[in-house]
Amino acid sequence: MVDTGSAAPTLLRCIGVDTDVADVSVTRALQLDIQGGQCWCILGRNGSGKTTLLHTLAGLRPPTAGRIELDGRPLETQQRRRIAQQVGVLFQNQDDAFPATVLETVLEGRHPHLHSWQWEGASDHALASQALSQLGLSGFEDRDIQTLSGGERQRVAIATVLTQQPRLLLLDEPTNHLDLHHQLSVLETLLALCREQRRAIVMVLHDVNLAARFADHLLLLLGGGKVRLGETKQIMKTAVLEQLYGHSLVRVTTPTGPAWLPG
Amino acid sequence: MTALSRIHPVTLLLGLAGLTVLAIWFSLDTGSAPITVADALRDPGTSEARILWQLRLPRALSAFVTGALLGLAGALMQVLLRNPLADPYVLGVSGGASVGALLALLLGASGFWVPCWAFSGALFSMLLVFSLAHGRGSWDTTRLLLTGVVLASGWGALISLLLAISPAARIQGMLFWLMGDLSYAQLPAVGGVVLALVAVTALRFSSALNLMRSGALHAASLGVPVTRMRLIIYISASLATAVAVTQAGNIGFIGLLAPHMLRLGGGRDYRVLVPGVMLLGGTLLLLADALARSVIAPRQLPAGVLTALIGIPLFLFLLYRSRTTPHG
Repeated sequence: MVDTGSAAPTLLRCIGVDTDVADVSVTRALQLDIQGGQCWCILGRNGSGKTTLLHTLAGLRPPTAGRIELDGRPLETQQRRRIAQQVGVLFQNQDDAFPATVLETVLEGRHPHLHSWQWEGASDHALASQALSQLGLSGFEDRDIQTLSGGERQRVAIATVLTQQPRLLLLDEPTNHLDLHHQLSVLETLLALCREQRRAIVMVLHDVNLAARFADHLLLLLGGGKVRLGETKQIMKTAVLEQLYGHSLVRVTTPTGPAWLPG
Repeated sequence: MTALSRIHPVTLLLGLAGLTVLAIWFSLDTGSAPITVADALRDPGTSEARILWQLRLPRALSAFVTGALLGLAGALMQVLLRNPLADPYVLGVSGGASVGALLALLLGASGFWVPCWAFSGALFSMLLVFSLAHGRGSWDTTRLLLTGVVLASGWGALISLLLAISPAARIQGMLFWLMGDLSYAQLPAVGGVVLALVAVTALRFSSALNLMRSGALHAASLGVPVTRMRLIIYISASLATAVAVTQAGNIGFIGLLAPHMLRLGGGRDYRVLVPGVMLLGGTLLLLADALARSVIAPRQLPAGVLTALIGIPLFLFLLYRSRTTPHG
């Protein structure tokens, strides 16, 4: 099921990867190739291990078995700093125990690219303000992150990942807390990065219609370690989605493509 | 207030350095003998001048180094526990170090071995706070403070026990030392070396400390080797606390006051906070000690009493405000 049609080199490769969380088997012998320019979406029920899989791909937890390679080299042998230069992660929740400004928070994305005694320079600041403006946060630079609304804080977190300039973006529910307008504009910004700069995205979404609209590849966690993956247009079928969520769905055709409503 | 103040780091640190110099000057000028720095510089041979150079100067330097160590220990523990209320005294780490040091004194150890015992006590105490306060998932303030309070009172009981079985001749000195006292201060050679060591370590990792504020996973995803970092902070904070306690006994709240005041003044970034907290922590203890020597002169108060009198209201205020400010 691995997409070999594109000539782009493989960025992240899973070879026979087993992942487990608590007593749940998330993947069994997963074979996965992620290439620059691809936008993957992980779909699955609550508790199926979407976040666990994302963290495993980021090298933040070891797989139960198998091997993950970044640029052809095993992930576990690479320094965290080297990984962070290539892979950015958006977490499901941001937990701010200390005051910090929006700008300070976004500039944290430059950490893997700086030496330990080095301060952020003009180019780092330029990347930060570009990311802030892409997410509609210009003028928020001096705001305390502890006073932001949920949606604003989420956009700051996404801006931090953009400032990090990773080639692979692993995003856990990027649309969390976002209103309808921002859900679409954020995903469009991310997709443009994918298309224009050949970066790769793997994101967890709960909205099948957003997944159908933005992802070109899907990875479905079906439970019990069973996984189905491939191109969106081949996989996104009513029967498959009904099996995935255990709920009947109605397919409707809209000007922007097919959509599914709960039946 | 939604916008945070943004003072240039150089301005902030230069200001603090200026404040430190003034505090040292004030401390040298304060005391029962009527001698000032200006007199001693004009007439270096007099006996009053010797009082200034040989008694007041070591004491002032010792106060500065102790305060700097405590400020640094507080700032490091706050990152480690992800809680701005963490302080070596509040969490019972100073208590653990005190028990270690008293035990060493009781067993007849001296010199180098006292700080070693204090260090073991501090490490052990931190380990206890860690393993007990870690609820499910993240650090919960209530659990953390409760653990600290219970530990501190446990150490307090052990201290009483040690005092009860100590020879009477030693008790007066032990008690005064426990209350946080600098009157036996010598030139802080060990303290100075440890301060330099911990400061360089903290500065070297200061940008990683910024990331650790938002949690271990976040820091790891941005390239911080979290396990190693935690170990380094843990050892540095324990070492700083242990040396501070051996130098001056139980002095509380500097580790809370200094980082908090700096954050209010715009020093939120650990690359600024680390040097800033040393200057400010040192200055605060210098001033507290100078006041402790002069408010009811010729009698002396333990400096720890003064820092607690300032620190406790602030601590309570912070606790109150953390309940009322919106989060997330």
